[in-house]
Amino acid sequence: MDFFIQNILNALQWGSFYALIALGYTLVYGVLRLINFAHGDIFMVGAYISFFVAGFLIGPIIGLAPALAFAVTIPLTMVLTSLVGVTLERIAYRPLRRKGAHRLYVVITALMCGLILEYSNLAVLGASRLKFPELIEKQIWSIGGVTVTNLKVMVIVTAILVFLFLQWVVTRTRIGMAMRAISYDKFAIPLMGIPIDNVIVVTFILGSGFAGLAGLLFAMSYPVLEPFMGMLIGWKAFIAAVVGGIGDIKGAFVGGFLLGFIEVGVVTFFPSTYRDLFAFTILLLILWMKPTGLFGIPQSTKI
Amino acid sequence: MKKYSLNMLLLLFAIGLLFAAHFRVIDSYIQIVVMTVGINIMMSTSLNLVNGNMGEFTCGHAAFMCVGAYVSSVLSVFCYGTKFGEPLLPAASVVIVFPVILLIGGAVAAVSSLLVSVPSFKTRDDYLAIISIAVNYMIISALENMDFIGGSRGFQGMKDTVWAMVDIFDGPWMMFWVINFTFFTVWLIRRFISSTYGKGVNAICQDEVAAEIMSVNTNKIKIINFMIAAGLAGCAGGLYAHIIGYVNPQSFNILKSTEAMVMVYLGGMGSLSGAIISAIIFTGLLEVLRSQAIVDGLLSPITFMFPDWEPSAGVIKWVLIPLLLVIVMQFRPEGIMGNRELSDVFPRLKKFYRFK
Amino acid sequence: MMAQTQTQAQAQPAPVLEIREMTQRFGGLTAVNNFNVKLEKNQLTGLIGPNGAGKTTVFNLVSGFYQPSEGRIFVNGKPTAGLKPHKVTSLGVARTFQNIRLWNDMTVLDNIRVAQHYWLGYGFFHSVFRSKHYLRREAEIAAEAEELLEVFNLQRFAGELPKNLPYGIQRKLEIARALSTHPKLLLLDEPAAGLNSADIHELIRLIRWIHERFDVSIWMIEHHMDVVMELCSQIKVVDFGQTIAEGTPDEIRNHPAVITAYLGDDKI
Repeated sequence: MDFFIQNILNALQWGSFYALIALGYTLVYGVLRLINFAHGDIFMVGAYISFFVAGFLIGPIIGLAPALAFAVTIPLTMVLTSLVGVTLERIAYRPLRRKGAHRLYVVITALMCGLILEYSNLAVLGASRLKFPELIEKQIWSIGGVTVTNLKVMVIVTAILVFLFLQWVVTRTRIGMAMRAISYDKFAIPLMGIPIDNVIVVTFILGSGFAGLAGLLFAMSYPVLEPFMGMLIGWKAFIAAVVGGIGDIKGAFVGGFLLGFIEVGVVTFFPSTYRDLFAFTILLLILWMKPTGLFGIPQSTKI
Repeated sequence: MKKYSLNMLLLLFAIGLLFAAHFRVIDSYIQIVVMTVGINIMMSTSLNLVNGNMGEFTCGHAAFMCVGAYVSSVLSVFCYGTKFGEPLLPAASVVIVFPVILLIGGAVAAVSSLLVSVPSFKTRDDYLAIISIAVNYMIISALENMDFIGGSRGFQGMKDTVWAMVDIFDGPWMMFWVINFTFFTVWLIRRFISSTYGKGVNAICQDEVAAEIMSVNTNKIKIINFMIAAGLAGCAGGLYAHIIGYVNPQSFNILKSTEAMVMVYLGGMGSLSGAIISAIIFTGLLEVLRSQAIVDGLLSPITFMFPDWEPSAGVIKWVLIPLLLVIVMQFRPEGIMGNRELSDVFPRLKKFYRFK
Repeated sequence: MMAQTQTQAQAQPAPVLEIREMTQRFGGLTAVNNFNVKLEKNQLTGLIGPNGAGKTTVFNLVSGFYQPSEGRIFVNGKPTAGLKPHKVTSLGVARTFQNIRLWNDMTVLDNIRVAQHYWLGYGFFHSVFRSKHYLRREAEIAAEAEELLEVFNLQRFAGELPKNLPYGIQRKLEIARALSTHPKLLLLDEPAAGLNSADIHELIRLIRWIHERFDVSIWMIEHHMDVVMELCSQIKVVDFGQTIAEGTPDEIRNHPAVITAYLGDDKI
């Protein structure tokens, strides 16, 4: 029984990371119908930013106490990471959109931007792995045979809070209404007096900011940073978003946790090399049966 | 005679290349580059059939290359290698059997494309993109778990086959096969896509509902189109495996698929000549930027300011190429050729060739 | 049931289209309810009704784009249940669309040629190896397509892309493309939509001419009453998926239910 609860907790933690990244994919996709392939790398950039910010804050110049530094790192990382996301949108995606380029060319551009982020990071910082400083004191709680760290609890709680926040933004606020409207009809929205570019920028701020937060939490949980850390997790989160039904906040959240559970479940019963094989096969089967994902609404063709 | 001049030129060029390779006028490095160009042409034209002509969005083309590479490698080792015991076939038969092995690899890859083409009946665009990415990861992951063919350590022993060919006649055999298969690929795609039958593919791209209602069996055409594309990619994979002499599942990961996609979209969706041109440009760029001297020269203003920074060409290459592509996209958002062919841009070219 | 249909077919030529008790539901909405129709050879029939009455749904069901929830459809005596749209087309049903759906990046000639896809009679290997059979078929198809363009007076646009053509020509081309599939029954979904009155007069002439020249039955949805009244010998009126009237143009014009459906009930 303890064994199960322990694994469920692990699955929840992994699922939280997937969900946090998948939410960013889904937000951008929901508004722009654009697969922002650079999103996994924005997550990586977020982890690096948090590394430098934290290192700077607890370093000799400022010398904050680790706990205080942690409190400052969170907003700073989110702001700086969202700046990276918005910069990408401003210099790479928006001009293409203005020119009316085929949708897929924007996707390719996003893919290229991801590569640029990965390799320029590798070129500037080198292949050496960075060790993330310990910001909050690790606490291990044992309940029965189950051990829980405070970090694990924090990750799971954060993912849930972010989900609730984004769900609130999308369904209850004016800007969320504008986002949903844009995904319905891109051409009619400017005519209604909604500043479409501002809405898109807000979308990128939200998506990238939470990717930065995920990066920070990931760096704290697995304190080794390397330039390609965002690649596989990014692709997987994206697939999770699609399985949930891309464009739908709830779908991304559920998809992320589903993937977490599948992966941890496979690793529990099979050798860990089978993790990807099983995870992708199950996702593929889900997509075969429900091509638009669990919560996606099939687009009906009208003739 | 004038109307066959381009055909003759290409033939002469191919023969010239083979002679140059045979008499060591071009060294083995250049030979590898030429063969890589050939393989990349095969990859980009075949992916263009799906992503360009049919307008689907698949991102896992390397998966089929992987299947082709492994199947033909294993067959080739069974037939001529010593890894699994005595060779099954006498070494003298290799010249005839080798292309058959490649084609079998292609055929198995074609069958594996059903994993993507069957879901494409019901869905397209981004959902199909995911399915293809998942298939790519799945195939790699499955091969990594097959220990009898090396698993994640990779598989080798195909060079025995190449040496068997060299024993018969000491010449640039792999170059010969790459050139043949590249021409075969372009020939096959061109003929398919220019027939009324193949134009059904374009009809699906432009309006699938209209295509189905105007009597095109869209599901069948989709399967056939995916099979051709995957089969040719499989042949390319087989060639690649025999050139390098070693395959590893990770050589066919999503980065390889990305390369193929980049070539297609750089060339222009649906343009066969665009796909060929961009494959040549892209491979050329990759090779040019492999040289540390050129990269150092390009980065000299920056390294002058930061003397401690010593970037390696292998890394910088992957910053510069995507950057270049992003810039190209900003100026030509439809790719080099758009959806036109070379003969549409230069109509006078039509006088110089007949590809029937 | 099959045997019965066949004996009927031997006794007299089967109707071009027969729909028996067809019902289509989308979730809770009944788009078409208990729809019956029998179109004889060479008949020119109209299907009218207010917006959202389920007219296009009927066409979608006939062309195989949807499978009916209940009821059966027979084309030339053959049931179409479970057939994909291209199979239904091969039985002799062609259609046009409310919003023109041409293949915009293929030449006009290719648009006509690809519509013969089902009758090509060769497959992948023939197309790659350019067999004698392939060359003969391609020549025949090209000749047929050119002839079709010529009778439609479209031959000067053969090399153009449809997206560059004026709206009226696109409508005409779409009808020509539909005829290229050798139909016995042509379904026209609002052929006059978006045309001005001069074009409409030309369209009326065109449809009548097609009817005679190609020996097809035509079933059309149209909102322009003058087009329907002038062309059709039989008219069917639907509202909310129900058939509310059918008969000759004169009968329809004075049918109380039709007047209510179009103009509303004045007893409110």
